[in-house]
Amino acid sequence: MGSGVLGSGVLGSGVLGSVKAELLRLWKWPATWVLIGVWLVMTLTFGYVFNYLALNGGADTRDLSQQQLISAMQPENVGAAVVRGLPMFGGAIILVLAALAVGSGYGWGTWKTTLTAGPRRVSAMAGTLGALGIIVVVLVALTFVVDLGAAVAVASAEGWEWSLPGLGALEALGASLLIAAMWTAFGVFLGVVTRGPALAVGLGLMWAIVTENLLRGVGALLGPVESLTEVLPGGSAGNLAGAVGGSGAPGVLTNLGGTTAAVFLAGYVVVFLGAATLLKVRRDLV
Amino acid sequence: MIVTTEKLTKRYGDRAVVDGVSLSVRRGEVYGFLGPNGAGKTTTIRMLLGLVRPTAGSARVLGEPPGTPGALRRVGSLIEGPGFYPYLSGRDNLRVHAARRGVAGTHVEAVLEQVDLAGAAHEKFRRYSLGMKQRLGVAAALLGRPELLILDEPTNGLDPAGMADMRDLVRALAARGQTVLLSSHLLGEVEEVCDRVGVISRGRLVAENTVEQLRGDTVLLVRADPIEKAHVLIEGSSVHGDVLHVRQTDAGSLVRTLVRADVDVREVRPLRRTLEEVFFEMTGAA
Repeated sequence: MGSGVLGSGVLGSGVLGSVKAELLRLWKWPATWVLIGVWLVMTLTFGYVFNYLALNGGADTRDLSQQQLISAMQPENVGAAVVRGLPMFGGAIILVLAALAVGSGYGWGTWKTTLTAGPRRVSAMAGTLGALGIIVVVLVALTFVVDLGAAVAVASAEGWEWSLPGLGALEALGASLLIAAMWTAFGVFLGVVTRGPALAVGLGLMWAIVTENLLRGVGALLGPVESLTEVLPGGSAGNLAGAVGGSGAPGVLTNLGGTTAAVFLAGYVVVFLGAATLLKVRRDLV
Repeated sequence: MIVTTEKLTKRYGDRAVVDGVSLSVRRGEVYGFLGPNGAGKTTTIRMLLGLVRPTAGSARVLGEPPGTPGALRRVGSLIEGPGFYPYLSGRDNLRVHAARRGVAGTHVEAVLEQVDLAGAAHEKFRRYSLGMKQRLGVAAALLGRPELLILDEPTNGLDPAGMADMRDLVRALAARGQTVLLSSHLLGEVEEVCDRVGVISRGRLVAENTVEQLRGDTVLLVRADPIEKAHVLIEGSSVHGDVLHVRQTDAGSLVRTLVRADVDVREVRPLRRTLEEVFFEMTGAA
């Protein structure tokens, strides 16, 4: 009887079914859209509103700083505008989203429901990661679209000559996705390790916003620490953002080459997701 | 056998939560898994579902090792209360679960009807009463018409009418040929619906049998005067205060024997041990 129903009604099993289930629940989760909304408001505010106000702040001479402001708001530089926010504040928001998405399942008991539904633990985890990946791609795409809209609006209002971003923006968007993937993986790792949302979010935010900055401060005194900070998760993200033109924002660095930073970021993605999946597969769910 | 365990053991440190449990559930029966709180019922069930790894021993569920997709997709379960997303409606929660199980979404409406939740399916899970949450958990367990249902304390939080409905549902499922493993500490519940019972106490399976056999032989209570004469006349009787306990069921011949010997017979009635008495005897609970 059971096998008949399953046999005739299969919509997808294993990873695909898990991705579909996770997407359905993440898509309808208010926290997903609140965090994406907060990020979009932040990127607009810091990337365009403040720059626009500064540009029109009463000075009638266009010095270098004003040229930089204009350049930062040009539609052709939207790729850089997207990537520059991600090493610190954007990354922190993505980390919070991932930590909540994974950690909340322990408190709600939904991991228990998930793991008794049928998929292997690896498949269930892959489903969560796949759905989070899709959400992150949507976040980066929305950021690009919103920033582009704001840039075109500012350029039109100011009467600048402007052009749409070229293929070079793809490099910045690729870097944005890699940085976002690293913060997502970090959030997932913390959610699994702490088995709850609160500690995962707290630790993640502390790392992203406080700890690495403190270490950079110490690095000014101790050379080896300074070198280390360049390759920590936030440092690598900042260096990759800097390498693809996203300068002028907190967390953006220009001390490592883009390839080196990207390799470190990819390494973090593999290590965080590998460790989280291993823990998920091996550990009892009590 | 649809479920078998062989010396299944789970230790946390030095403490054996489940200690050498060997039980068997037959196809088509309602098996009551009875024990006081903390006896090891839920841990045993978690091992049957692959959520917890045994320290020693083995188990087979539907012929497969616990926790494998092949077994889990043919098992519906509700363990220690339902685990659902609070921000999703009851219906959406079941859709998510159906996607994970690889079951067509059309089955969602059928199980909602089955547990009488169709009218409240659009409401958010967080707004459900405890009883509604429990019924949604049972609905999730029924998705895909599993061959085996494992229900851990399914009547928790239900009012008397809800408990009666749940018992009717279990009986109906059994009538349809589904096997049910029902864990409970409510003796009346188990007595009413279960074909066989396993009693667990302090991690050990202390008995496994039909309810009738667990209760043992029927004893007749006889109130007669003079009691001493009656005791002498009836072989195998024992005096308990001012009454006799007689281990036989033929009340007619017993009364004739006493009346012929001029013994006044004031009361004769069957005295059956309740499952509760048997349970207290076996578990040492009081």
